[in-house]
Amino acid sequence: MWPNKFDYQRAESIDQALELIGDEGKFLAGGHSLLPVMKLRLSAPEQLVDIGRIDSLRGISANGGLSIGATTTHAEIAASGDVQSMCAALASACGQVGDQAVRNFGTIGGNIAHADPASDPPTVLVACGATINIQGADGARSVAAQDFFADLFETDLEDGELITGISLPNCSDCQCAYVKFPHPASRYAIVGVAVCLKMDGDTCAQADVAVGGATVKAVKCAGAEAALAGSTLDDTALNAAADMVKADIEEWLAGDVAYPEAYRQQMAGVYLKRAVKAAAG
Amino acid sequence: MSTRIFGSGIKRREDPRLITGEARYTDDIKLPGVLHMAVVRSPYAHANIVGINSSAAEAMDGVVAVFTGEDVDLAGIPTAWLIPDSDLKTPEHPALAKGKVRYVGDGVAIVLAEDRYTAQDAADAVEVEYEELPVVVDPEAAAQDGAPQLFDDVENNIAFRWVMGDKAASDGVFNTADVVVRDKIVQQRLLPTAMEPRSAMAQYNSATQELTLWCTSQNPHIHRFIISAVTGLNENKVRVIAPEVGGGFGSKIPCYPDEALVSWAAIKLGQPVKWTETRSENYQITIHGRDHIQYVEMAASRDGKLLGVRATVYAGMGGYLSTAAPGIPTILHGLLYVGPYMMDSVYCESIGVMTNATPTDAYRGAGRPEATFLLERMVDMVAKRIDMDPAELRRKNLIPAFEDGYEVATTLIYDSGDYPAAFEKALGIAGYDDFRSQQAEARADGRYLGIGITAYTEMCGLGPSQVAGAVGFQGGLWESATVRVTPTGKVQALIGASPHGQGSETTLAQIIGDELGFPVEDIEVIHGDTTETPMGWGTYGSRTTPVTGAALAQASRKLKEKARVLAAHLMEAAVEDIEYDDGKFVVKGSPDNFQSIQDVALMAHLAWNMPEGMDPGFEESQFYDPPNFVYPFGTHIAIVEVDANTGDIELKRYIAVDDCGPQINPEIVAGQIHGGVVQGVAQALCEGVIYDDNGQLLTGTMMDYTVPRADMFPNFELGDTVTPSPHHPIGVKGVGETGTIASTPTVYNAVLDALAPFGVEGIDMPMTPAKVWQAIQSAGS
Repeated sequence: MWPNKFDYQRAESIDQALELIGDEGKFLAGGHSLLPVMKLRLSAPEQLVDIGRIDSLRGISANGGLSIGATTTHAEIAASGDVQSMCAALASACGQVGDQAVRNFGTIGGNIAHADPASDPPTVLVACGATINIQGADGARSVAAQDFFADLFETDLEDGELITGISLPNCSDCQCAYVKFPHPASRYAIVGVAVCLKMDGDTCAQADVAVGGATVKAVKCAGAEAALAGSTLDDTALNAAADMVKADIEEWLAGDVAYPEAYRQQMAGVYLKRAVKAAAG
Repeated sequence: MSTRIFGSGIKRREDPRLITGEARYTDDIKLPGVLHMAVVRSPYAHANIVGINSSAAEAMDGVVAVFTGEDVDLAGIPTAWLIPDSDLKTPEHPALAKGKVRYVGDGVAIVLAEDRYTAQDAADAVEVEYEELPVVVDPEAAAQDGAPQLFDDVENNIAFRWVMGDKAASDGVFNTADVVVRDKIVQQRLLPTAMEPRSAMAQYNSATQELTLWCTSQNPHIHRFIISAVTGLNENKVRVIAPEVGGGFGSKIPCYPDEALVSWAAIKLGQPVKWTETRSENYQITIHGRDHIQYVEMAASRDGKLLGVRATVYAGMGGYLSTAAPGIPTILHGLLYVGPYMMDSVYCESIGVMTNATPTDAYRGAGRPEATFLLERMVDMVAKRIDMDPAELRRKNLIPAFEDGYEVATTLIYDSGDYPAAFEKALGIAGYDDFRSQQAEARADGRYLGIGITAYTEMCGLGPSQVAGAVGFQGGLWESATVRVTPTGKVQALIGASPHGQGSETTLAQIIGDELGFPVEDIEVIHGDTTETPMGWGTYGSRTTPVTGAALAQASRKLKEKARVLAAHLMEAAVEDIEYDDGKFVVKGSPDNFQSIQDVALMAHLAWNMPEGMDPGFEESQFYDPPNFVYPFGTHIAIVEVDANTGDIELKRYIAVDDCGPQINPEIVAGQIHGGVVQGVAQALCEGVIYDDNGQLLTGTMMDYTVPRADMFPNFELGDTVTPSPHHPIGVKGVGETGTIASTPTVYNAVLDALAPFGVEGIDMPMTPAKVWQAIQSAGS
């Protein structure tokens, strides 16, 4: 594990980070997405700008909705009472990333910047209507998670831009869950399904559904949502939603030799049902 | 009498240094002025080397030298198992490729640099021009006319064709049998995945012409032998040290190019040279295991008498023939075709085929898991065909208990066994008789439970040297050991074998402690250095406890005899009147009149008052060549549940009843069985190398290649029976590989049993959820 040569600089502030970053540079936070590919020499940035010690990028605040700083670790999010009460699915997803050592170092901002299609948090962020907050030399902007994830390892992020944090609506009156079928080796999602349900008595008033792992990016699933909304989440509705979710992800499917697209597509249906049942409790 | 240390589950003496990070592995050893070697490896599985331009690499700061295959004047890396009567070809394996590469990872050039980073940067900067050639990875395809040829002098890539048994007699059995079942079985390639990757460091003293090689070896004396041959140095000028070695599973038996290259470069440059592989390199270039395509048939009578087995095996050898490779799918495989059954007809044709893939060699079990699997698969298929319970079919055919020798159709003479006892014990633990009704109830609920049974015996404790010679193994298979007692009564036991995680320092100390009465804390077992230790052939084939253990027991007994005579002399008693009791030599009828073993050791060293003719000192050595292999045996049972929605398999229970004779340390025996079972189950369920058609390794990292994890497994339910080996000084048999040998078919058969309602006939291993799910869909349609 011998990476290519690179320069390392530590930024003390967001402004300094944006000043330091060059054309061939990468921001370094927890390093758990970037360093593995550097160690395999699949990526060879000439410059790393370490943003891991910028205090303003780190932490969770609950003020109406949730604000999560970009360098907040998966472990911190998984353990946060605010996240557990306001978006339980995100706490669950962050608690399923990698192993404990990875969660202790890896950050939510690094995770979504890397945009691994099989990563867990993006699926929840898309389902739960999160906003990604971005800062660049020309100022700040926000983009919906659904639009942020563009394709396989591709995001809306421009060169030199930095993710500063994530905003989530208060979802404490929703019932949400994230369920995944982990790859037995990597523990990334072969398929991961996030659902967020607004219940009106026994009836599902609104459903938000996203699928990752089986797809090149986290995909919002309107067909499955429509099949669930207005139902009592009975078997008929669940089966209909499972069929719809397979159609929703059709154009975005991804697979490999061991777990082909067709299998992942079928599993999205199976795991959608499991996710709904987990959310509905 | 105190409690015997033999049979006591004392804690492993190795563990404190291992779990506190104090153990010193090859890569931990730092020498001043060391150069780091990086190897430029072929990105193609089959290509001609058109040109190599290393000028940019050589110009880099910190780069000392770059060498290619044309520069390196080493003899080829030898194949050391020359199986007879097989028309064996041993194509040259140069330390660096000359003119042609034959698998992805084949070494093309080496870079020597002052630090590891620079070495890697420079390796990346070496420009190699290749002319790509057609690739063949599948061993059966490689043996066909028209397949890409790896070597000019290996026609159809067939390195050997080994036949066991009488074909006409076998055909006769199969032509007249009531029932013949057949299957194509693929024993997929596996990655040994030792926790410590391989590493080698060499230092050469030009004045004394002595080479010291530290390396990850399971057999430093064999490494010395081969390095001497490859470099041309006299063997007594080569010292090989295997410091702490973090597991091997067979992958650290072979001598690889890398060990030869650091040795050559250290001599050439006059500076020490170190190379440590990355995990990616480990997966790419360190040997793989298995890789059989087997066409298997079994004949039986309608009432359930097993009549015979026959198989044609295409065994993938990879791009070169590794050290022991030809012996694995032949001697260590075909000879196991009878298993624990009364079956009179065996026939095997094993074809070793060169392919554009990483060389294969011994991986835990080495040939025997592949044999046990095909037998147990066939037995289940016969049971299904004749509609007999698979347990009942096995029960009908098990060889009855025997205490001293049972010759089977493969010409092996099993040493001892009570297969029915282990079998019934395992069925009892599993509650087999109740299981079928539970299974039926579960199926009614849409839950798919299955049970699989494996009865096995295997051949280990390798082995009589005369047999080694007869089967072409280019070495002996004895071991030697010295038990050396210091004046203060502390023991150094020096052994030629080279344990690397098995806990042998503990078990071997227990043998000595049991024979001589020394507290086990006072016994150090020293291994892994060709200068410090006596000759031995190494640790593999579940042989260290049976073979080295026997040498130590016999050396200890010689010391005990010397001590008895000396004690009698010191106490002015007749030798016949001296009784040994737990470390004391006591005058019969006079319990207060004794000499402890420590007293005797001191007096032997002082030599102030020795009996006439007795030499001073307190040390004995023993060479031990086993008269036969040892044959552990047992029965394993697995219960699984398959989720028909996803194809996911839950291993719900695993029962292992093993008989390795008297257990020196039951905790270590259990540990070996646990680890072996885990590796074998992994072959069934999750491990498997995938190459694409271009010979690129798709399972090149631990993110893709699924090594088993603890959370895949239930608590194992272990049982044992104890049948001593009649020919062994302390009756013990090996237990390092039994778990791997028995568990793969056990779980495989359990999964197919669970899927019986769907009509699934077979699934290629590893039985991943995707494959299981697909099999359910395909069978149902």
